[in-house]
Amino acid sequence: MTDTSVAAPPERAEAAKPAATREKPPGRAGWFARSALLVLCVLWLIPTIGVLVSSFRAEDLVKTTGWWTALASPLDAAQWTLQNYGDVLLAEGMANSFINSLVVAIPATIIPILMAAFAAYAFAWMDFPGRYVFFVLIVGLLVVPLQVAFIPLLQLYGDLGISRANPFLGVWLAHAGFGMPLAVYILRNYMGSLSREIIESARVDGAGHMGIFWRLIIPLSTPALAAYAIFQFLWVWNDLLVALVFLGGGENSVLTYQLSQLVGTRKTEWHLLTSGAFLTMIVPLIVFFSLQRYFVRGLTAGAVKG
Amino acid sequence: MAQIVLDSVDKVFPGGVTAVDNLSLGINDGEFMVFVGPSGCGKSTALRMIAGLEDISRGAITIGERVVNDLPPKDRDIAMVFQNYALYPHMTVEQNLAFGLQLRKMPKSEIKRRVGEAAKMLGLEQYLGRKPAALSGGQRQRVAMGRAIVREPQAFLMDEPLSNLDAKLRVSMRASLAQLHERLGVTTVYVTHDQIEAMTLGDRVAVLREGKLQQVDTPQNLFDSPVNLFVAGFIGSPAMNFVEAELVREDGPAVAFAGQKLPVPEESITAKEGLDSYFGRRVIVGIRPSDFEDGTLADSGWARMSVTADVTEELGSEINVIFMIDAPPVEHKDTSDLAHDVADEEEAAIPLAGNQSIWTARVNARSRVRPGERINLAVDTRNLHFFDTDSGLAIGHPEAAQVAAAATAEA
Repeated sequence: MTDTSVAAPPERAEAAKPAATREKPPGRAGWFARSALLVLCVLWLIPTIGVLVSSFRAEDLVKTTGWWTALASPLDAAQWTLQNYGDVLLAEGMANSFINSLVVAIPATIIPILMAAFAAYAFAWMDFPGRYVFFVLIVGLLVVPLQVAFIPLLQLYGDLGISRANPFLGVWLAHAGFGMPLAVYILRNYMGSLSREIIESARVDGAGHMGIFWRLIIPLSTPALAAYAIFQFLWVWNDLLVALVFLGGGENSVLTYQLSQLVGTRKTEWHLLTSGAFLTMIVPLIVFFSLQRYFVRGLTAGAVKG
Repeated sequence: MAQIVLDSVDKVFPGGVTAVDNLSLGINDGEFMVFVGPSGCGKSTALRMIAGLEDISRGAITIGERVVNDLPPKDRDIAMVFQNYALYPHMTVEQNLAFGLQLRKMPKSEIKRRVGEAAKMLGLEQYLGRKPAALSGGQRQRVAMGRAIVREPQAFLMDEPLSNLDAKLRVSMRASLAQLHERLGVTTVYVTHDQIEAMTLGDRVAVLREGKLQQVDTPQNLFDSPVNLFVAGFIGSPAMNFVEAELVREDGPAVAFAGQKLPVPEESITAKEGLDSYFGRRVIVGIRPSDFEDGTLADSGWARMSVTADVTEELGSEINVIFMIDAPPVEHKDTSDLAHDVADEEEAAIPLAGNQSIWTARVNARSRVRPGERINLAVDTRNLHFFDTDSGLAIGHPEAAQVAAAATAEA
């Protein structure tokens, strides 16, 4: 009797402590945040599924019944067709635009990452006069709207002959330039948070700046690099304005341009519009879902330590 | 292997903080040199200057035959072990060990041989394929050591390499470090704030404070004849007891303080040059806890003092008796620096005892002393330490005389 009464209080005290901390473990959102997220997901998902379903239905079905009716008998093969995609890709020229979009987006992602990674390393780990001032200047460029640069850039490209020789080069450079401030900012903050002793250890081990950069910094910065790559790729892929200004329509046009044309010329051809829209969406979806774990981690890692 | 010479080295950080002040020190070939001192004393900065990770503001550092002031770390042929291991997290243990050799374009077979040898020496063979995250603290520490060993450098530089380990592991790693040094015989510079590590590992120990070298000597000599109050208080655990006393001559020489009078053998006075001029004046007397003994167990020739034991710490092999002395704690810049350091690192809550000083005596475990009881303590007065009340320098210490001469020359 006395034994239990003596032993009980510390036990209870110990049991109470974790319970108190269990109330709000880190990384678990409350019910409000969760329901808000749920609503957002539903709001985003329903039209997306609608687009997906419609894009596979025959023209007359799309025009007479709602897309959700197709879900009532999903196994009825007669109502599904690939005809829409065939039409959009070939007759409407989206296949060509799809390739153009890739030709624009891939180099426009790799070029700024490479350049920004070098710059970020220098800002984080090399001593040179004015390094803080330069960094602030570059990050300050984040607030400059890209529209103000169009006319000077077009003039410059015209003078240099870039517009005529290789219009894609102009788009790559424009995207690289516009993406650079954010890239430098994210990467510098991430690289700056790497352990100083690891880098000093490599210096003593015999590595120069290039060795440290390629063998330590780049492998260790993968989360930030991936996060920025996703960011830049999606931005470039979804961009209409820059592509329109520097590439225009015709054989060089990108998907976003082609889609906007489709909306203009085929206002009520829903079967074509939905498949065109889904073609435009598919690459960002793949990129995001395959790399999403880097997305959040890389961005927050860069943001927390500055 | 090589000797390292620091010649009047200064380090002034931008902003004007002097971290290392006119440091001159020769480290012999194959020697294990320990830099020790409280935090912020410049010991790590000194090491980083040898490594080439910090610029040298003034003076010269020589490794082997070369002045290395303007050489980058990679060309100094040194290897460094960092406090937090600094392993490359994305590489396996094997890659970590091989990294420095690959950078030097060493043939693959030679790399393989050296990595294998080091792994065997450190018992890391079964972990070669693992990443650092999958290793325990002690294993990571061994990998960090291995990374230095495979390089076969002229010198090892170690910056508090054991301070991230738990106490037990630290002791065993300390022993392996000593063994390793014995076996490889490579010149080693080791930085620590732990005086026990310094005493057990160092062939010689350099005590630094505020960027200035206080004393460099073998551990035993540092313990037996510290050059000033700071070194006296820093080296040895429990720390030396200090009191301001008067040196008097009645039947024979004696020190008088707080109602106690301890006779001192005549030859101890004459052995310390200049001490006889202090008769009738005040000096700071230092007594090591280990120079006390329970009166009933001690040599009858030793001086006696009767005190009340406040606390007894029974350690099995000996007993630490903590008691109060009716004299104010010695106030000198050297001792206050020490107190500051203790408060900094361990938040040591010493109950302030007003106008009394707290002393510690280490007596034989057979002593029957209990807290609150009177105890008759014997003191080996042949081993008293005498310090000047103004300069804090040990009276009669040959180096202290030099320091004093330099100080007056500067003034």
